[in-house]
Amino acid sequence: MNEDVPEGVKEGPPAERGTPVGRRVFLGTLALGALGVVAAPPLQRGLEGFLGSAADKDPTGLTGLLPNGGGFRYYSVASSVPRKNADTYRLTVDGLVDRPTTYTLADLEALPQTRLVRDVQCVTGWRVPDTPFEGVRLSRLLDAAGVRPTAKAVRFTCFDGTYTESLTLAQARRADVLVALRMQDKDLGHAHGGPVRLYVAPMYFYKSAKWLSGITLTDEVRPGYWEKRGYDIDAWVGRSNGRDDEPTS
Amino acid sequence: MSLRADTPVTVRRFSRAERWVHRTTAALMGVCVLTAACLYVPQLAELVGRRALVVTLHIWAGLALPVPVLAGLVSRAFRADLGHLNRFGPHDRTWLRAALHRDKRPASRPAGKFNAGQKIYASWIAGATLVMLGTGLMMWFTHLTPLLWRTSATFVHDWLALTIGIVLAGHIGMALADPESRKGMRTGRVTREWADREHPLWRR
Repeated sequence: MNEDVPEGVKEGPPAERGTPVGRRVFLGTLALGALGVVAAPPLQRGLEGFLGSAADKDPTGLTGLLPNGGGFRYYSVASSVPRKNADTYRLTVDGLVDRPTTYTLADLEALPQTRLVRDVQCVTGWRVPDTPFEGVRLSRLLDAAGVRPTAKAVRFTCFDGTYTESLTLAQARRADVLVALRMQDKDLGHAHGGPVRLYVAPMYFYKSAKWLSGITLTDEVRPGYWEKRGYDIDAWVGRSNGRDDEPTS
Repeated sequence: MSLRADTPVTVRRFSRAERWVHRTTAALMGVCVLTAACLYVPQLAELVGRRALVVTLHIWAGLALPVPVLAGLVSRAFRADLGHLNRFGPHDRTWLRAALHRDKRPASRPAGKFNAGQKIYASWIAGATLVMLGTGLMMWFTHLTPLLWRTSATFVHDWLALTIGIVLAGHIGMALADPESRKGMRTGRVTREWADREHPLWRR
């Protein structure tokens, strides 16, 4: 048999009257949150410095999971990304060009390599200082293909099957835009977009498409994956996406 | 009705409305935490991918998170519980002191319908949820707030997320350790024996 006890449910018993500590904790948490937003810049700088040095001595890699723990974060928009190696990787250059070309990894490695050391800045806020990238200047591949006068922009496609990016022809011809084969003086691993990714040094890192497989010359800029979802197409670091980060290039 | 010795006498702890508030809030919080993990932990992000979809899930679960509690306000029992959670009496101070000294004897842990730990948890998680909602909105509507605010909001959102994850694990861990308490939230009823032991001041 069950005994129904209404008191304690229906109306508060007098014993439960007292100080409204709950409300104070609630409002205090809100206030702390607001204070955190206000005090974030110095706090963040301090923590980044501390965690950065801690991460260097951390064999477990757990510091990498902490916010702003330093280093890259993995973002993929596809459900799964196939792996490509020296045998299976191909990069095609086509569209408004005189000589459509397909490169193997060895072909790209045989071309003159350029090494750039710049900061990497993600549009979500993280920044990795002094990161070396090495690869073939995009302008070299464009010249080799013979860009037609009607071409105004470059569209990039990726072998994840989903991601796309875009640059104007002028942006694509910059000397600090690479088809990168190496990062941090190592061959590009799969997680970092290997074996070949785009590297657009002066722009937010979403422009640097991972797993690059296609370069197509087009007559107009076709917005890339994130750009269709609200990000700026001309993604200069510090001058776009409503951010004022230190320029990277 | 027959009174059988092996049937423990039970008392009503939560109404249907209160249990649904808890259930839906827990489900939405679960979606928030899981999607956050898939956005944040590199191994999971690599496994799941589909970033645009995961972001959409995270945003909508987060926006909906306060709705069950707000809807619950139409329930008188739920409003009464909010009152219990808010008010601290002298016995709550005793409870907290015992908790700090790891004194587990029931006699040194007096509690009404909710003990002091549950009260502080409820108030804190409510405040933290709203801070997450506010900072989340600042991150979402990127062109509406000044730039500096957004980076700062991301900072608070990230670190508070980690804190909430740890506190939530504690909440779930304590529930796992107390089947009768879980039964109270699942069925609405608990044994009188449990109620008198864990919440001796509740039914006075």
